[in-house]
Amino acid sequence: MYPNEFRYTKDHEWLKLEGGEALVGVTDFAQHQLGDIIYVDLKPVGTKLGAHQPLATIESVKSVSDVFSPVAGEIIAVNDELAQTADIINKDPHGKGWIARLRVGNTQDVAGLMKAADYEKYLEGLEEH
Amino acid sequence: MSYISLSEKDRQEMLARIGVRTADELFGGVPGDVRLKRDLKVPGPLAELELIRKMESMAAKNSSNRLLSFLGGGAYAHFIPTVVDYLSQRGEFVSPYTPYQPEVSQGTLQAIFEYQTLVCQLTGLDVANASLYEGATAAAEAVLMAQRVKSRNRVLLARTLHPEYRETIRTYIKNLGIEAVEVPFTSAGTLDAAALARLLNDATCAVVVQSPNFFGVCEDLKAVADAAHKQGALAVAVVAEALSLGLLESPGRLGMDIACGEAQSFGLPLSFGGPYLGFMASRQDYVRQLPGRLCGQTTDVEGQRGFVLTLSTREQHIRRERATSNICTNQALCALRATIFLETLGQEGLRELAWQNVQKAAYAADAVEAVRGARKRFAGPVFNEFVVEFSKPWPAVDTALRTKGILAGLPLERDYPELSNTALICVTELRSKEEIDRLAQALKDVLR
Repeated sequence: MYPNEFRYTKDHEWLKLEGGEALVGVTDFAQHQLGDIIYVDLKPVGTKLGAHQPLATIESVKSVSDVFSPVAGEIIAVNDELAQTADIINKDPHGKGWIARLRVGNTQDVAGLMKAADYEKYLEGLEEH
Repeated sequence: MSYISLSEKDRQEMLARIGVRTADELFGGVPGDVRLKRDLKVPGPLAELELIRKMESMAAKNSSNRLLSFLGGGAYAHFIPTVVDYLSQRGEFVSPYTPYQPEVSQGTLQAIFEYQTLVCQLTGLDVANASLYEGATAAAEAVLMAQRVKSRNRVLLARTLHPEYRETIRTYIKNLGIEAVEVPFTSAGTLDAAALARLLNDATCAVVVQSPNFFGVCEDLKAVADAAHKQGALAVAVVAEALSLGLLESPGRLGMDIACGEAQSFGLPLSFGGPYLGFMASRQDYVRQLPGRLCGQTTDVEGQRGFVLTLSTREQHIRRERATSNICTNQALCALRATIFLETLGQEGLRELAWQNVQKAAYAADAVEAVRGARKRFAGPVFNEFVVEFSKPWPAVDTALRTKGILAGLPLERDYPELSNTALICVTELRSKEEIDRLAQALKDVLR
């Protein structure tokens, strides 16, 4: 269920490293928790972020959640589709529902993120509580 | 739920059920040394007749119903059709709580939606909220909104903006790192366009201008909007006398991005300062930054039209400290009164009412100018109030006029030290020709 080529954060973001760039989104677990997503507020292209700084805000009817950048970097592209159809994130969170593309500050930072198996184990731990 | 007070039998039953003998036993946890061991020193109960007589004799000390008032400056005496009281006091409107459950609140929500629609029509803007407390805080919220929209921390406030609105804005921005700079006015009593051009820069989120301004003079909103937009700032129009919107071109059509202010003129009595009615409207682009409640129109599962509070994710019960405002209410009953007022008058009636204000104020201005020792201070076009300068110090003039039973105007010197011996005179449709003539005659006598 969770792609092996992605890395994951405890806040349920995924990151796909492509050379010096990374695609970022939220996981299937996250979209399920959020419910029907109706709006995504994206930080503009050019924004420089540290790790764990918000790069977007996702709104469902009754909640607002920040999407945190898994690593330090600069936003070089955002998914404009989300403005029209925010619920792509619900339908295809790991694919068409990508949120932003970063130029990664230091690709070594990615090594500190969870692999797919660790993330799945982490999710099981959450469900037990 | 019954609101009839408890009988002794009710009390005994409840105490027995709880398992105590007296109500005092329930307070056993309060230490003895802090417990009051006597009756409270308050007067005993009065019979209804005694109470009415007592209140009437206290009320009789008020002089306001015996004085002829020409006071304005942010609160306006207008006629309120009886239907406003009659409908707004119906139990269905007066008793329900906040319409968070749309399935049981369609009546309330429809009224709010109609109110928002009317505000959009009058301001010429795309979206309006369900109302705010009153004009001053509405202006303050508009400043905060502009700061959020533009991510810039400097705001320009016209000095012709109501002094208390400016003070309220400063209170709201005090700890937020937003700088407020005042733009002076010209000898015509309007915003100094040259000064505005000099003060505008790319750190400015908005220019805030009131029209008609505190001096009663109509500002050139289009010029202000153009100047603001050149620097990428928002143009905010504040309206303290909402009735003016019945006659003057709407702020939205003149390029204003946000229009806000006080709608007390629409069916709310003066009431010694409140409750009043703040309104705010903006361009659609900024809807997610609008503070306050928003009522939206939608369809239910059966495809029927319905209304519901919407875009709640702007509000603090969801977004917490990053909410657009900490307001979590609206002035529902006041907004309802305004809605009934506006729908009763209709577009034609509102225009006629506004026009009567203009005509009577013009008549009064002429009558006052004809008095030696009094002159209109500013040349610009006015709606229903204007500034007069006197040849004698205002306190003496005011006292003499009060002895004649007239409250002639609001002194301006405290807020505008350069405007000594001036007062703001307001003339609404309530003032008859005879009353205006009486003012002029009294001035003549006093200034002789």
